Amino acid sequence: MSRLLRHRLFWPFVILAGLLLLNLVFTDHFFTIEIKEGHLYGSLIDIARFGAPLILVSIGMTLVIATGGIDLSVGSVVAIAGALACLRISLLDDQSSTGGVLAAMALALGLSLVLGAWNGLLVAGAGIQPIIATLILMVAGRGLAQLITDGQIITINSAPYKVVGGGYWLTLPFGIIVVALVLAISAFLTRRLALGLLIESVGGNAEASRLAGIGAKGVLIMVYAFCGLCAGIAGLMISSNVSSADGNNAGLWIELDAILAVVIGGTSLSGGRFSLGGTVLGALIIQTLTTTIYSIGVPPETTLLFKALVVTIVCLLQSPAFREKVFHRRRRPVTAPPVAEKKVKVSL
Amino acid sequence: MTSRTVPTGWPGIPRKYVPVLVTAGLFVAMFVAGGIRYQGFATGQIVLNVFIDNAFLLVVAVGMTFVILAGGIDLSVGSVVALSTMITASLLNDGWNAYAVILLVLVIGGVLGLGMGAIIHYFEIQPFIVTLAGMFLARGLCYTIGTDSIPITNPTFTTFAQSAVPLGPDLWITPSVLIGAVVVLVAAYVLHYTRLGRTVYATGGSEQSALLMGLPVARTKIAVYTISGFCSALGGVLLSFYMLSGYGLHAVGMELDAIAAVVIGGTLLTGGTGYLFGTVLGVLVLGLIQTIISFEGTLSSWWTRIFIGVLLFVFIVLQRLIGTRRTGWPRLRSRRVPVPAAGADD
Repeated sequence: MSRLLRHRLFWPFVILAGLLLLNLVFTDHFFTIEIKEGHLYGSLIDIARFGAPLILVSIGMTLVIATGGIDLSVGSVVAIAGALACLRISLLDDQSSTGGVLAAMALALGLSLVLGAWNGLLVAGAGIQPIIATLILMVAGRGLAQLITDGQIITINSAPYKVVGGGYWLTLPFGIIVVALVLAISAFLTRRLALGLLIESVGGNAEASRLAGIGAKGVLIMVYAFCGLCAGIAGLMISSNVSSADGNNAGLWIELDAILAVVIGGTSLSGGRFSLGGTVLGALIIQTLTTTIYSIGVPPETTLLFKALVVTIVCLLQSPAFREKVFHRRRRPVTAPPVAEKKVKVSL
Repeated sequence: MTSRTVPTGWPGIPRKYVPVLVTAGLFVAMFVAGGIRYQGFATGQIVLNVFIDNAFLLVVAVGMTFVILAGGIDLSVGSVVALSTMITASLLNDGWNAYAVILLVLVIGGVLGLGMGAIIHYFEIQPFIVTLAGMFLARGLCYTIGTDSIPITNPTFTTFAQSAVPLGPDLWITPSVLIGAVVVLVAAYVLHYTRLGRTVYATGGSEQSALLMGLPVARTKIAVYTISGFCSALGGVLLSFYMLSGYGLHAVGMELDAIAAVVIGGTLLTGGTGYLFGTVLGVLVLGLIQTIISFEGTLSSWWTRIFIGVLLFVFIVLQRLIGTRRTGWPRLRSRRVPVPAAGADD
């Protein structure tokens, strides 16, 4: 039992389970999943489907945070990718031609990759602090997205593009399949190959990793590019779901939600360690929270209040300092934070 | 490392002043360029208008400067501004006295900042996350008060909003600018001439060293967030003068503008280096960009964001170049707190 209590995903899991149980009490048939017209339907499926963009962005964000960085620009990249794809598709003669839609999507994803790599270059090449380096794209990116859409909301009518965010494949929503695929690929790359070790090593100490022969700069650029790509896919999903691109509001504040998901999932913002499973759990908590608020009839205006409350509770529960002070539990030496965070008392 | 006064080609100017001077130069260059290009641009009133339209941002950015100098960040400022306008408007509609409302709002802002600062310090949670939660909380409270815009008709507020302080022939400012100027002067005095100010710089430079020097780090860290909360609330009051309404969607994204102003003003986001005067210049540059775009007429509003992004890039690279010369080669991680010697616990 105590081992279970100590597991770092224990508290996030309890919160998620609590939220789901709350739904069970307030909503009838919450856990029912049924098949209609060959598609899976149900509240749980909806949570996964609407949470798909957030999970994608959070996966990319996890790896960036594992290197000790942060990427504030993902929301802008979401808007840019959606805007570019919709613009290209709206210019097509036949908006339903699969080839044209694929080309537009490839172009949008390519641009997101480049934007991510630009962040990586600023961080690794120029040595700029990640939070500032990505702040540039965060501020300018919204402007770029509006430049692409010319300040309008581009509406399209394209059946193949609609599949990305709202379609079904093998009875499952297409978004969930994409998320599963990206998750599987990143889990394989980071946990079965040495890449995860390299990322954690760069996050632990970039200079030491460089001296140990790790191409720290290459790893950093790659991780930021991957984060950009994830944001790009999420952008396609969001714009496809509503069949339109809004440069101003698409993906607004998704960077904050993604960072929250990562932190709730037990990945420390100081880097050097990450948990993809925790991140998915964190993203699901955020999405479930939103769904719960709607389903139990709390006025939607107070969504943010609940979010603030849950974030504070989860972060406090995970803070070693809080647990020590409130529960009078001694910090275990194994997982105690590095010495740098330890308080030093000075007697004069 | 000794503080060398031989900078990048201007003999006699200490390196630490270079970013502020570049920002000042940029402001002058933009003003001159605007004056050549547009008729009726090169007047003193244009500069004063920038102050009038951005007095609230100036006050918020002053608070942000304290937090960033101490090595933190405050994402909650925009929401606290909105919350202040909302509380002000709804209480005024209930017939409260205007000055009592202002006082109450300022206290609420300070208490919110105090709470966030205490959580950041005592529970060792990153400022980014705590102030993010604060941002959600304040924005959520706005919507709990009401989802619609509430107009302000209180005579005291309308007087503040509509009165002009003449400064000379064809030059005038609003009382809000005077309040902003007082805030800047007081803040500059606190930062540069008091013990609290020195401790803020020391904490931002290296928290560990500040602790070992016996400086009250806990008090300082909590104080900067309280100051920021207070300044945000005051910014909210100034915004209610300016807008004469309270609305939950006021000041969305203002935290970004405030951070951008501080960075363009030459303050390092890692803390410990920067000047309040730089922040004032940063706000002026942001305001002048908007003025130029409105004079141009054909440029759409989103160019503001792109220009601000480009400016951020230029200034960050500039700071990097100045910093690089000092440290030899660019480091990947900008800050590593040194491990204290064993036995330093008591």
